[in-house]
Amino acid sequence: MSVKLLQLLDATGLESFAPFVRLFRGDDAGEQLRRIAMNFGAPLVAILMFLGSWNVASQNIMTKYGNLPSPADVWVQAGVLWKGHLEGMAAERAFYAEQEQKVAEYTAAAAMLAQKGNQAGADKMKSLAAAARTAKYSAQPSYVQQILTSLKTVFAGFVVASLLAIPIGVLCGSSPIIQAALNPLIQIFKPVSPLAWLPIVMIVVGALYLTPPDQAWFEKSFLSSALTVALCSLWPTLVNTALGVASIEKDHLNVAKVLKLDAWTRVRKIIIPSSLPMIFAGLRISLGVGWMVLIAAEMLAQNPGLGKFVWDMFQNGSSQTLAQIMVAVFTIGIIGMALDRIMIILQRSVSYGAA
Amino acid sequence: MPILELKNVSKSFQGGGKASGLSTEVLRAVDLSIEEGEFVAIVGFSGSGKSTLVNLLCGLLEPDRGEVTFKGQKNPPPAPDRGVVFQNYSLLPWLSVYENVRLAVDQVMTRASSSERDQRVRHYIDMVSLTPALAKKPKELSGGMRQRVSLARTLALSPDVLLLDEPLGALDALTRAVLQDEIAKIWSEEKKTVLLVTNDVDEGLLLADRIIPLKPGPGATLGKEFVVDLPRPRVRTELNHDAAFKALRNEIVSYLNRVRDESRESSGAGLRQTTVHLPNLTPADLRAE
Repeated sequence: MSVKLLQLLDATGLESFAPFVRLFRGDDAGEQLRRIAMNFGAPLVAILMFLGSWNVASQNIMTKYGNLPSPADVWVQAGVLWKGHLEGMAAERAFYAEQEQKVAEYTAAAAMLAQKGNQAGADKMKSLAAAARTAKYSAQPSYVQQILTSLKTVFAGFVVASLLAIPIGVLCGSSPIIQAALNPLIQIFKPVSPLAWLPIVMIVVGALYLTPPDQAWFEKSFLSSALTVALCSLWPTLVNTALGVASIEKDHLNVAKVLKLDAWTRVRKIIIPSSLPMIFAGLRISLGVGWMVLIAAEMLAQNPGLGKFVWDMFQNGSSQTLAQIMVAVFTIGIIGMALDRIMIILQRSVSYGAA
Repeated sequence: MPILELKNVSKSFQGGGKASGLSTEVLRAVDLSIEEGEFVAIVGFSGSGKSTLVNLLCGLLEPDRGEVTFKGQKNPPPAPDRGVVFQNYSLLPWLSVYENVRLAVDQVMTRASSSERDQRVRHYIDMVSLTPALAKKPKELSGGMRQRVSLARTLALSPDVLLLDEPLGALDALTRAVLQDEIAKIWSEEKKTVLLVTNDVDEGLLLADRIIPLKPGPGATLGKEFVVDLPRPRVRTELNHDAAFKALRNEIVSYLNRVRDESRESSGAGLRQTTVHLPNLTPADLRAE
């Protein structure tokens, strides 16, 4: 039982918690306590020191909107944002409940009028019901909804990036000619900032994505942000995939030759599985880059996510909004860390021991 | 007509970077012919070009000069009809024992049903007594077990010729002995043509019909062959007391040592005549004069 738990912690990259399990199991207590102090005590001290110096700084830095928000202010604003989200959700529920009621009322009235023979009145009621049904709740998205939009956008961009980067990477890794051909382009585009890509992406999306807004699957701003994320985050995966494929053990390729595997089977059974750990290492970096790029892209593209939230709060310019930006900073950081953890777990699950 | 033949085959490798133009001739004018159903052992010192020879035979390398003929085909590309067991097992670490063998079976039994393939995979894994480890990954197996999987994978291809490239070289002596007996048993059951490359004269004597020494390189070539006419089945413990075995073994070992000395003399002749004068490093105030 405890062994399984330890393996799970190891697989999920949460080795820091292992001493608790060992302590519980009855391993050398002194050693385990020392490790707990190391894994949790030391970070705790650092965090407290950070909060302390931030607190001191906040009292001494005067901005044009008042004092720099202190940790306590930020905590309060986090509560405000959460409360705002709950209230928004309640308002939305109330709106739709009311709408349903209205539709029911109109429909009932239409039925009554039709029974009385007032066809014109019944039709009017029916069209009123239809109009009421199509009405959408519209309000400023809540903080949590903005987080969800950001996650959706980054995943869309990440998926597009992966679908492009992995096949191109496999091609580069398996053919020196393709590698030589694409290398200059990769080297040139890799360091380009998202801020430089975004205007181009927005203009191209504007030119090509002509579906009217009410029929479109995505908002233009969503598409621009996601594609910018894709453009910036595909490089680590591409480079890593190419490297992983190029460094496949010669023995494994010899096996493929002796077995006379056709190209597709070779890719499927040898090349991809063998380079999977490297590919996932690349994907992990890509997702990190994508998440970082996303905030900048959303700010400029006005995609209703965390980036836009930060920008709007900056424009509002008050002491509270400054604190809310800080809430966003921590949110962005914590989500980024969580995404990285998830990628670590995936990466470990595909790695195999040498044989 | 021999099933596998090397005629006057030479192979060189670029050394010291391509630009330098240095190339080392690993094999020079090698002639070898193997009859169907024969068990031939090539015995040589490490670094004498044994693996190059196997790679040439299975088609992973092409000769610079001369030709490899397999069933009448000249310099054929690698194919499952010449199964290789590599020295370092070359199992795919992300596949289980079953899947490793299945990959090979899927390649050669393209028309067979899934259950027939499954049967064949299990048959060969059973042959190397690894049925209990069917679902294990290579990293969970010992060296000997890995080499058995590799052997099962190659046997499952049902190759016309089995090429064993120092298959037991990385194993400890006890495991080695067990696997040697296993190879002998499988050979007597399957009656395949086998070429075994080894650095162990005893291994050759235990298994082969003929032993051919590989004279050490650079420019290695095959020496005179020794026919092993010891009766089969050969039992290791009895062989040690067999006069014919001992005589043959002495003959081969002394032949190998002689060719090695000859090769050292010819390649190192210039070097030995040079006398290197070292400076006198004794502190001046300690010198005698």
